[in-house]
Amino acid sequence: MIYQGKQKIWSEYQKEIPDDHWFYVRSCIRQNFFPASEKMFLEICRNVLGKDFYETEHHTTCGGIAYHCDTIPQETVMTIVARQFALMTEAGYSNYVASCITSFGNYIEILETWKEFPELETRIRELLWKACRREFRKPDYVAHASDLIYKYRNEIAARAKYRLVNRHTGEPLRVVEHIGCHYSKMFPSKGVGGAEYPYVLCGMIESWGGNVIDYPERRHCCGYGFRQYHVKANRGYSISNTHKKFESMEPYHPDMIITNCPGCPYFLDRWQYAISEMEGKTYSKDGYGIPVFTYEEVASLVLGYDPWDIGLQLHQVAVEPLLDKIGIEYDPARKYEGIDRKNLSRPELPGILKCC
Amino acid sequence: MRENVVIIGGGIAGLEAAGQLASLGYNPILIEKEDHLGGHLADWHCLFPDMIPAKDVVSSLVGKASSINIFTRTEVLRINRLRDSYNVMLSNGVSVMTRAILLATGFRLFDAHKKEEYGYGIYNQVITNSDLEKWFNGNPDSRIDNSHISSAGFVHCVGSRDEKAGNPQCSKVCCITAIKQAIELKKKYPDMMVWCFYMDLRMFGKKYEDFYISAQRDYGIRFIRGRVSEVSENIEGKVVVKAEDTLAGRPVKVTLDLLVLMSGMLCNPQTLNEKATWHFPIDSDGFLKCRNTVADFNLSPQEGIFLAGACTGPKTVPETIAEARSAALSIHNWFNSKE
Amino acid sequence: MMDFGFGISRSSTVNLDSVALENFTRLQALEPDALKCISCGSCTATCPAGKFSGMSLRKVIHNLQRGREKEAVEMLRGCMLCGKCSMVCPRAINTRHLIMSIQKIYGEEAR
Repeated sequence: MIYQGKQKIWSEYQKEIPDDHWFYVRSCIRQNFFPASEKMFLEICRNVLGKDFYETEHHTTCGGIAYHCDTIPQETVMTIVARQFALMTEAGYSNYVASCITSFGNYIEILETWKEFPELETRIRELLWKACRREFRKPDYVAHASDLIYKYRNEIAARAKYRLVNRHTGEPLRVVEHIGCHYSKMFPSKGVGGAEYPYVLCGMIESWGGNVIDYPERRHCCGYGFRQYHVKANRGYSISNTHKKFESMEPYHPDMIITNCPGCPYFLDRWQYAISEMEGKTYSKDGYGIPVFTYEEVASLVLGYDPWDIGLQLHQVAVEPLLDKIGIEYDPARKYEGIDRKNLSRPELPGILKCC
Repeated sequence: MRENVVIIGGGIAGLEAAGQLASLGYNPILIEKEDHLGGHLADWHCLFPDMIPAKDVVSSLVGKASSINIFTRTEVLRINRLRDSYNVMLSNGVSVMTRAILLATGFRLFDAHKKEEYGYGIYNQVITNSDLEKWFNGNPDSRIDNSHISSAGFVHCVGSRDEKAGNPQCSKVCCITAIKQAIELKKKYPDMMVWCFYMDLRMFGKKYEDFYISAQRDYGIRFIRGRVSEVSENIEGKVVVKAEDTLAGRPVKVTLDLLVLMSGMLCNPQTLNEKATWHFPIDSDGFLKCRNTVADFNLSPQEGIFLAGACTGPKTVPETIAEARSAALSIHNWFNSKE
Repeated sequence: MMDFGFGISRSSTVNLDSVALENFTRLQALEPDALKCISCGSCTATCPAGKFSGMSLRKVIHNLQRGREKEAVEMLRGCMLCGKCSMVCPRAINTRHLIMSIQKIYGEEAR
């Protein structure tokens, strides 16, 4: 691999990301899967870095899941999105940041569609007015939340308590990065680093001390694919895609996976359990599998937050072997205690995939 | 006093036309931006289908043009139209008055970096047709020299027949060039497995089909009908190539030691992006426009401006030479009609 | 092993790295013209057996090169050796001779 060749591509796909004053919208599903990721995003941006991030409880889904499952027409999705933009306008913001990759792709797709078909935008403005008497300005900038952590990566590194380095060997951790399909495959110029060699997560990994693994199926979908998973008859197809990725990354012995999409970390994490039960196989030498993280979780870990305060006990693949590699302190006894010290009760452990 | 003809471009079209115009009694002035003559062919190793050394062709053309005025490392700065002639101002300070200008500005290769999914400049084992030819010509290339090569692939139509790459046109010569280069590789390494990934194979020229049959039958080169979708690198540093075997309707993948991208031909931007005040009309295919594409392919729509070679579209070497010869005759007839 | 009600299906991608070509190399030595096939489909279009049995010499030649030997041999069972394919082949492949050679190398007697 010629690293300078990638740098050249990365330099061609840099987008303007304003430094401050953002209107933040959450994902429909991330708080269930990775409960502290969005909270930690706001915590880091607001309290660690002192930035202005606004959010409102009045925002809804962007309609992306239904759109990609072919269950609602695009006009409906557009009107939902128009309402979100109206909330942003009412709050006095013009920079819009989405937690979810599919939302991000959805916003970009809609704005680009309106650029090509202004009459559609006019119609949506009418529909929104009829539906809820709201008006909106289009955002000046739309970013995905990982764009911002990418932008702040060096500030985070400067405050980091830990680095993505194996404390026993001193070697950088081998990190697989996985980008959600809707981040830049539809509009390569809207993603940091483009679509073929996205840089958004690589930049974080490099800044925080890790080594990025480029394996043959890096570009492949995580396997979620909306109706591939949501329709039960298609689930074999979903897990087959995930399986293909793991088979491809296995020879590189990754220490961890970082993702920037709601679905990807969930499926890369949970399907490791299903694969282990179906095939008797795990993808690490020690039998624990490869731990999967959101970029907010990794940012929180390097900044020194307690692993149990950032929700890592909800991961299927045990995170403890990685925490030990980095040297992150944690109290095993606290794993299944809530923030209020209430006992969350212990889950049943799987048969093949080792867990702590 | 012999009549001036300014020829822009010292590749094979410019050289051939210069030689012909000189023997017809004109004073050709040949302008070349590089420090050597022969254009792309100067870097080429040998030519299909008879493996004629490219340097023989170039040196013969340079020999025939030896008596004429040649300015290398020179660019055209301005072209001013006067009443019935042109004033051509050159970067070396010389200014030439001429009634006729011949554009022999040729092509440039498609920049293979733009097909990001093929990993040119990113994966060590991915090279272009031009890189491979330079290597055949004796120039060292670490991407080839440093590896034990037991398998190679050729990707046809890189930057050709590709609307998203900005060029929907067929570059015409890459099919036969890939076959030539595949055969050259097989001659060097008979045990090598060589794959060609193609959409169509366009064997239009003299003996091309024979060459193709020989590549299949005598050299065992394997042809897969399907465009390469993406290239990645495996843990051993080899490239993994994905395509569809469209004849079987199944995806295929193969691990290779070397991947050659057949970069297509685009109009030379130095013709289009004139710092000069003069602009040459461009046709819908992105190449220079001729008066008509059937009979008046040597004439520009602009009076006194003539065209030869790949500046009007992808061409083989013999086609380019034939066009240059024909351009010289067109210019000669045009001058006669002015008497 | 747990049954989730769905399974992992193997990729249908043909991995050319793992296609064993020993038999095809032997065939090539006997029938160098086999490599001249350009998959034009004339043989299939004219094959009297093809309409009823799925026999396609084009597919047979292709399958042998992709390691799908069983399918190829199975398909050849439909051949009646009438020779019509050799009449239409534009690459002048001696198809009947080729079919006999395939049987010699891949057929049941060869195993």
